[in-house]
Formats: sequence, C-alpha cells, structure tokens
Amino acid sequence: MKAIQNSEQLLSVRIWRGKKDGRFVTYQVPVRDNQTVLDVVTEVQRLHEPGLSYRFACRVGVCGSCAMMVNGKPRWTCRTHVNKVIDEDVLTIEPLRNLPHIKDLVCDMAPFIDTWQKAGAPFSSTQTRSQPPAKVDPESPTRRAADASLQCINCGVCYSACDVVNWNRDYLGPAALNRAWTLVNDVRHSKRQQTFDMAFSEGGCGSCHSHGNCTRHCPIELSPSESIAGLKRLAFTGLPKEL
Amino acid sequence: MGHRLSGIGLAIFLPFHFLLLGTALEGAEGLEAALAFTDSPLVKIAEWGLVMLLALHFFFGLRVLLLELTRWPNHSETLGNWVLPGAIASAFVGIIFLLQIF
Amino acid sequence: MERRLFVVQRLTAMILAPLVIIHLGLILVAVRDGLTAAEILARTQGSVFWAIFYGLFVLVVAIHAPIGVRKVLKEWTELEDSTINSFCWMLALLLLVLGFRAVAAVV
Repeated sequence: MKAIQNSEQLLSVRIWRGKKDGRFVTYQVPVRDNQTVLDVVTEVQRLHEPGLSYRFACRVGVCGSCAMMVNGKPRWTCRTHVNKVIDEDVLTIEPLRNLPHIKDLVCDMAPFIDTWQKAGAPFSSTQTRSQPPAKVDPESPTRRAADASLQCINCGVCYSACDVVNWNRDYLGPAALNRAWTLVNDVRHSKRQQTFDMAFSEGGCGSCHSHGNCTRHCPIELSPSESIAGLKRLAFTGLPKEL
Repeated sequence: MGHRLSGIGLAIFLPFHFLLLGTALEGAEGLEAALAFTDSPLVKIAEWGLVMLLALHFFFGLRVLLLELTRWPNHSETLGNWVLPGAIASAFVGIIFLLQIF
Repeated sequence: MERRLFVVQRLTAMILAPLVIIHLGLILVAVRDGLTAAEILARTQGSVFWAIFYGLFVLVVAIHAPIGVRKVLKEWTELEDSTINSFCWMLALLLLVLGFRAVAAVV
C-alpha cells in the first residue's frame, strides 16, 4: 500500500464512469479489514461520487445482482475480498463484459435473460395444482445431475467470462444451457424434448468450445461446462423416454 | 483456437494434396516430376508445417472428444490442462519428421 | 440440424483418429531418404488394404472438414448462412472428387 493518510492506508480504485465512450476515474478509499469490492464501490458512491451507478441487493451472495469486472475478471463483488484480487495496490472495476453498458457499472441484463428463454428455460409441469406433488427419487442419476447444476443465481458472471459469447452474441451461453440441462433431467418437466431441442438449436451447445471459463469463474462453483458436455453426450443417444 | 486454425489450414491444403497424388493418373512419371519439387528446402519446411497441422489438429481434437464425451471428476481443472501436452506431443512429432527428412 | 451435424462431426472424428495415427506414422517412416513415386506406388498399387484405408479416409474427411469449416465461418464471418452452406457443399464435393481421383490414381 502506498499513500498513508491520517494514519490510514489508502487504496486506489479505478472505476469506469459513463457509457461505452466513458473513462476511468480514480478514487482513494481507506483499506479496511475484510473489505469486499462491493464495500469499496459503496464507499465511493456514499463519500466521493453520489452519481455513481451500480447494482446490488442482498450483499451476501444470494441475489446475483452485483457482478462486475474486477481487475479484468467477472466476479460477484459482494463476496470478493479486496485483498484476494488486488493487483499492485490498484483495483480496477468495470461493468460486465459481453453485455450492453447503460451507465457506469450498470449493464443491460436483458440479452442475458433472453438467452434463458431461447434455451427453453421455462419450467412446465406434467401435473396440475390439484394433483399430489410428484415423487422424485433424490438418488436417481438424473436427479443428481440436475441437483449438481441447480443453484445458479443468474449473476451473469459466466456469460461475461465466456469467449464464445464474446465473439458470437447469438450463442446462448453457459448459464442458459446449464439451466436447460437441469430441466432435461427433471422428471416433472413436461417439455423435456422441446428444451433439449432448443438447447441444441442454432447458437446452442453445439457452439460451446469447452474452454471452461464459465466453470472457472462461477462464484458458486457450478460447472456449466460439465452440464453442456452432458447435453452433448445426450445428442448421440437422444433423450431417454423415461427418467 | 489452435484446433480450429489447424483445421482451416488442413482444409485449404487437402485439395492440393489430392491434386498432386492425382498426377499419378498420368503414370508414375507425372508423380515423380511433381515429387521432385519437394526436394527444395523451402518446400520441406512447408511440409513440416503440414505435418504439424495434422498432429496439432489430432491432439487438440482428441482433447475435445475426451472432455465432452467422458466424465471427469474435476472437469474444470482438466479442461485447460490438456492444451500444453497436446502441443508438446505435436512438437515431438514435428521433430521426428525434421530428423527424418534432413 | 445443428444437433445432427454435431453428432456426425464427433463420429467422423472418432473414425479419423486411428486413420490419422497410421497416416502420420507412415509419413514419419516413409520420408526417410526422400519420397519417390515408385516407392509410393509400390506400396499402394494393387493393395486392397490401402485402397480401403484411403477410400475411407477421403470419404470421412470430405464430411468432417466442411462441417468444421461451416462452423468457423458462421462464428467468425458475417456471411449469410445460405452462402456458407453452399460453399461447404462445394468444399465437400471438391474433396470427394479430388480425393477419390487421387486414391484411384495410386491404387
């Protein structure tokens, strides 16, 4: 840490201001114990730059709304400690890659949400409300496969990390295909075949290059690349009629 | 990336490869004359490039097949770790080729 | 359609893998002391094994290469899909015709 002021160490934070044609503005923020990147952004907005736009809600890694590029990598900022990612005493914070920038650190998430629809993400039950809940064997291979991919918080980190999305915006991306994989393995989903077909349509999992950036960056350590590989394996056999 | 560039390279080269072999239709002399062309060092370097392309495409392709179609306990770690060995194995093939032709 | 092409691409890759190993191995052995037409033709002419080997090689490559090129063109260029598709059909035909011509020439 370089500058020491009022017996406090200061941290240089470069934050993107404006839209695409914006610029970096550097702020000095005191170093604190267990400080997260989101803490830093909040401190800048409260004390230095009231006009700074950014998104957050829960602050504890549940809602998935605070993802940003931190020193070049997409991260959930509320659970990213500054001392884990700081590079030569500088923290550079930008809006997520691969999404349209609105202002400062805020992206338009609509293209990301749209990919979910295109990958057949909506759940459609085989049963009606008046029927008893479906019996699902938690130990069945398909249920375990679905469970392993289920906890996605829609933060968009994998979409932002994906190189294929970066060069081809028609690609559905890791999160949506991961979701499709959970539905394809869900006995209660009535449109398994349709979801599978959509996940494998133009721009679907056939476009995945198995680079694995999604899996490497996923904050809750899911493996979209394993989910997509699962869909690819199913392409050879087709969907089993019964799960 | 290396996988697709080597693939494109091979796709461009193959028609010429076939054309050359096709010259044998006019008898062994035709092919012989065409092969004489391969004696120059420059062409040998180019040939080495082709062998490397094939080897690279093979090893990177093998990586993709194994990753996608088999299950790995540590999928994410395994993904990146195979690029370098593939490149090294290809370089090995390339070195043998160089030793053989010179 | 994309799914079918994907499966075909992987299946042809699996067929190509052993063929490429043999092909590469042969190259490494055969290029010692230079290549001569007589040497090549002596090996291949009248041989049922090499006829089947190279015939299969050409056929599978003529499927595998255009599918791969199609995908790359789709992702890296702005060309219309129909343009890409017809280009790849032509590539497949070109490889098939030239390839079989070459096999016929050497066996």
